[in-house]
Amino acid sequence: MELLNALALLANFVIVPAIAYGAQLALGALGVTLIFGILRFANFAHGELMSWGTMSTILVTWWLQDQGVSIAPFPTALLALPVGIASAVAIALLTDRAVFRFYHRRHANPIVFAIVSVGVMFVLAGLIRIVIGPADQFFADGARFIFTVRDFREVTGLDEGIALRQTQVITVVVALVVVAALFWFLQRTRAGKAMRAYSDDEDLALLSGVDPDRVVMIAWIITAVLATVAGTLYGLDKTYKPFIFLQILLPIFAATILGGIGQPVGAILGGFVVAFSEVMVTYAYKKFLAYLGPADWAPDSLVQLLSTDYKFAVSFIILVAVLLIRPTGIIRGKVIA
Amino acid sequence: MSFLTASGMTGGYGGGPDIITGCDIAVDRGEIAVVVGPNGAGKSTAMKAIFGMLELRAGTVTLDGRDITRMAPQERVRNGMGFVPQNRNVFVSMTVEENLEMGAFIRDDDYRETMELVYRLFPVLREKRNQPAGELSGGQRQQVAVGRALMTAPQLLMLDEPTAGVSPIVMDELFDKIVEIARTGIAILMVEQNARQALEIADRGYVLVQGGNRFTDTGEALLANAEVRRSFLGG
Repeated sequence: MELLNALALLANFVIVPAIAYGAQLALGALGVTLIFGILRFANFAHGELMSWGTMSTILVTWWLQDQGVSIAPFPTALLALPVGIASAVAIALLTDRAVFRFYHRRHANPIVFAIVSVGVMFVLAGLIRIVIGPADQFFADGARFIFTVRDFREVTGLDEGIALRQTQVITVVVALVVVAALFWFLQRTRAGKAMRAYSDDEDLALLSGVDPDRVVMIAWIITAVLATVAGTLYGLDKTYKPFIFLQILLPIFAATILGGIGQPVGAILGGFVVAFSEVMVTYAYKKFLAYLGPADWAPDSLVQLLSTDYKFAVSFIILVAVLLIRPTGIIRGKVIA
Repeated sequence: MSFLTASGMTGGYGGGPDIITGCDIAVDRGEIAVVVGPNGAGKSTAMKAIFGMLELRAGTVTLDGRDITRMAPQERVRNGMGFVPQNRNVFVSMTVEENLEMGAFIRDDDYRETMELVYRLFPVLREKRNQPAGELSGGQRQQVAVGRALMTAPQLLMLDEPTAGVSPIVMDELFDKIVEIARTGIAILMVEQNARQALEIADRGYVLVQGGNRFTDTGEALLANAEVRRSFLGG
């Protein structure tokens, strides 16, 4: 019974939240990895692209809520998501046309490219703050829980319970659908194979008749879709605040590099490894250990390895460790030159 | 005039010096033409010039009587040229079958028959069709590369050192396959390091030195030529 209580505690505070967070990071890392595979640079503007898509989704959500439109018990944001995606696709294609294409045509050095993307990041971040402001925005509605801690306790008779929030389930389901669609596209369709070929060897792909502008355009469209979905799910699950999207770049880059740059499967793996590391390292194990130890015993301290204020240090350590020990990542990917 | 006729080709990379000067190469349907010569003679450069990857300062390239000197490489593929580069000639992360599909990327018609032909020519590729090309041996990779180029059903197949880095047994096998391909009526132009073996199967041989033609004859005659043997074939 004590063991079950301990497990329930761990599931509630570590496993369930980490799975949802991992799915969000995986979607973000997929976008970064895709752009790296095709355009061969680390896109620092990816966080702001997520933010832009999410902001658009929120604005449409508010408008829908004003109009009294609802798909309760599901959050209205899901209904607004396609519009948010369209908006993110538009801004991604616009920045590509206005900025990135110029450098891509000249085969610019990846470092130059990355710095250019930092510039795009600042411009987008500024625009976003002008439109929606720098503050926290609330847009989640619909049912909050699939089941609560109390429900769980009543059904199982345990002291500890597991709560399952609706947003967590939606996150995982939507992420699964999006990832399945992405892999189907990359593996089965002509355009998807052309993208993989272009990512594998640009010259040989050109020789085969692949149109580079088309490949780049599709890559941006997919990236914008992934970014908006990731940002919106993160916003529903936690909160929307423009500043977060600068911070979240770190775990997303860590996930991308850990998984192997340019490797979609690696991005997903990396997303979950980083999420679990972050949540596990910042969780206070006091109560958990108390259940496992002798009766009426508890550790004196919180048994928390790292305060949550420092959670980004986890990503940073992973990033540095991977770059030092295995720069190609788990699934052998490209190495940033 | 031959099916492919390149005459007086002169040019180099970018603004750099001329690598080839007044170079002539020709090949007819069903024939094998082999370009040999010492390192740095401009063999690969001549082939790239024929494929349009190099801007010519002088000279013309005609295919089937049509002037294609200013045509982009991709367009040349559409017009019946197949090219197998020396390095990086397969998509390593893609399966053998996907490599062949990419070879047929510019085709809008049904290419299953061509793929069947490739599989019949290289049976081992059929066995390994679901394996990533990067996991194959050097010889098998070259087969994928040649198969990929054949997927557009070209009339002229150009091979840049197809036997580089493969064992002598695999090399003989590859040359047999190349003869087999030529018999189907395809013109073959090949640059080779293994000069002696390549000239044995050549209908025409070109010995290039310092970017220009030094000797031009049938493969057999070049092999019999004492000066060619002494200077380029090691006695």
